Amino acid sequence: MTSRLGFVLRRLALTVPVLFVMSIIVFLIIRLVPGDPVRTMLGFRATDENVEQVRHQLGLDQSWLLQYGDFIGGIFRGDLGTDIVSHASLSDLLAQRLPVTFELAGLAMLLAVLIGVPLGVRAATGGKWVKRLTEGFVVFGISIPDFWLGILLVLVFAGTLVILPPSGYVPFADDPAGNIRYMILPVLTLAIGEAAYILRTTRAAVTSVLDRPFVTFLRAKGIRTRRIVAGHALRNAAPAIVTVIGIQVGVLLGGAIIVEQLFALPGVGRLVVTAITQRNYPTVQIGVLAIATTFIMVSLVTDLIVGWLDPRVADGAAT
Amino acid sequence: MTAQAPLVAATAVSHRPAKRRTSTRLLISGAIVLGVLVLIAIAAPLIAPHDPESVVVDEVLGAPSLAHPFGSDALGRDVLSRVIYGLRTSLAVSISAVLASMIIAVPLGLLAGYFGRWVDTAISRVLDMILVLPAMLLAITFIAILGPGSVVAAIAIAVIYLPILARVMRTSALIVTRNDYVAGARARGSSHFRVLIGHIAPNALGPVIVQASVLAAFALQLEAGLSFLGLGTQPPTPSLGGMLSDGRDVLLQAPWVEIFPGLAIVVAVLCFTLLGEGLRRSFDPEGVAE
Repeated sequence: MTSRLGFVLRRLALTVPVLFVMSIIVFLIIRLVPGDPVRTMLGFRATDENVEQVRHQLGLDQSWLLQYGDFIGGIFRGDLGTDIVSHASLSDLLAQRLPVTFELAGLAMLLAVLIGVPLGVRAATGGKWVKRLTEGFVVFGISIPDFWLGILLVLVFAGTLVILPPSGYVPFADDPAGNIRYMILPVLTLAIGEAAYILRTTRAAVTSVLDRPFVTFLRAKGIRTRRIVAGHALRNAAPAIVTVIGIQVGVLLGGAIIVEQLFALPGVGRLVVTAITQRNYPTVQIGVLAIATTFIMVSLVTDLIVGWLDPRVADGAAT
Repeated sequence: MTAQAPLVAATAVSHRPAKRRTSTRLLISGAIVLGVLVLIAIAAPLIAPHDPESVVVDEVLGAPSLAHPFGSDALGRDVLSRVIYGLRTSLAVSISAVLASMIIAVPLGLLAGYFGRWVDTAISRVLDMILVLPAMLLAITFIAILGPGSVVAAIAIAVIYLPILARVMRTSALIVTRNDYVAGARARGSSHFRVLIGHIAPNALGPVIVQASVLAAFALQLEAGLSFLGLGTQPPTPSLGGMLSDGRDVLLQAPWVEIFPGLAIVVAVLCFTLLGEGLRRSFDPEGVAE
């Protein structure tokens, strides 16, 4: 128990420097822009007074140490600044945009697990044809770019069958059925590639467990493969599957940026891409900060789950 | 002496003729198709039937025909010619990004794996910082700072893959360093530099090359993704991702504008993946690159 608590504390402590490095990267975004970032942001028609006013507003006329202190202080106070194009509060913008990204990424990961884990188990225990078909799915899922898969899905479901909308979004609170109709294609687009990775890991993990002597013993006792898989193999394979889910969250969040653009979903990814094209640096910073923090926190949670599922990980970390 | 790694690989696979056949098949098929794609990309000005940037008003959204086998786009430009030139851009960006990453990662990984201790810790910790952000987000961050464009996209991709390649090189160098012939070379009075260049590097490079070919597949997807977002290669230069982005509005009227560039990406990605898998089975049986 003590070793597990130690593992949790160590893992939490490890997150602090990661968050610090991430905050430095985000802080530097605006400061590393070649030339005068404020002039670049406002365009060359902006007057000198305007440039100085925005420079002062963003705190860019102070020392970097003071600027970093203000930046971190603002985050802790919930004061993330304002969007220089729409003049909206960035905290409000994030509050509107984050739920869309979370809904997209969360549903896509859920669907990927629901497809990848059962197919991975079937691939490990099934016959030659099952193995070939699942291998084909893995190669397809890994090789096909998200955005092209999305385009093909739009072509089939919105163009040919005309049963789903090609793009758009309504909040779940306003119209639950409409929200789900709009989310089906983006979620499917993101989930298929992820499902391929989860399938591959589940197949490898379950296959390696099924090769172990205790499984031979269980088989010799006459226990059916299905019971061995459900009761033993999956339990032993779970840490590897959860680990890959944690790693793939980063890929998923990156993919979400593209999928939001493709399906015109008003998420954080779309906010960041639009902000980059407008050279709206404060919004870029806060969008990157939000996505990166989500990634770091999900990695932390999945690592803690792995430690809980496999005490050897927690013990190994403690020793 | 320097043939140690290939010898290990050969003995490791010699007992599994079926697997060896599969790996050879994967390697050859991936290499042949990729070779053809690279030739097409290099010879683009000679084989493209039309100017990829010439706008022909009469042929706006023309369906595939003998004159335009892949049809024409919303500005009447020949899709086949644009796919050929787009492939050239995508391959150039992804291959140069991975090569640039290798040029920096190999010496760093070599030093970390050979010297260990504080050298290893210092190099590994600095490179770990790059992994704090997911790949696509880091690429976007780079572009936010330096501005959109194919060169910036290539630099961003090179930086993203630096820690992965350096880590593989480090592990590989660590394994090779433990060999007796390395200790022998040092005992004979060879300098660290001579040992690193003459003994460690040639024997440790296999897994890095395997990993690089796998990463080239991801680099190609990443470049296409960035161009799709309008952050990679900028118009009018044709790029596969950019073509997919341009064709979104006419997708339902002229699907060929979207289908052919996408297919080109998938085929190129598949080639790199097959090549990587074939190389892994042949030259990295111990799975260092994984």
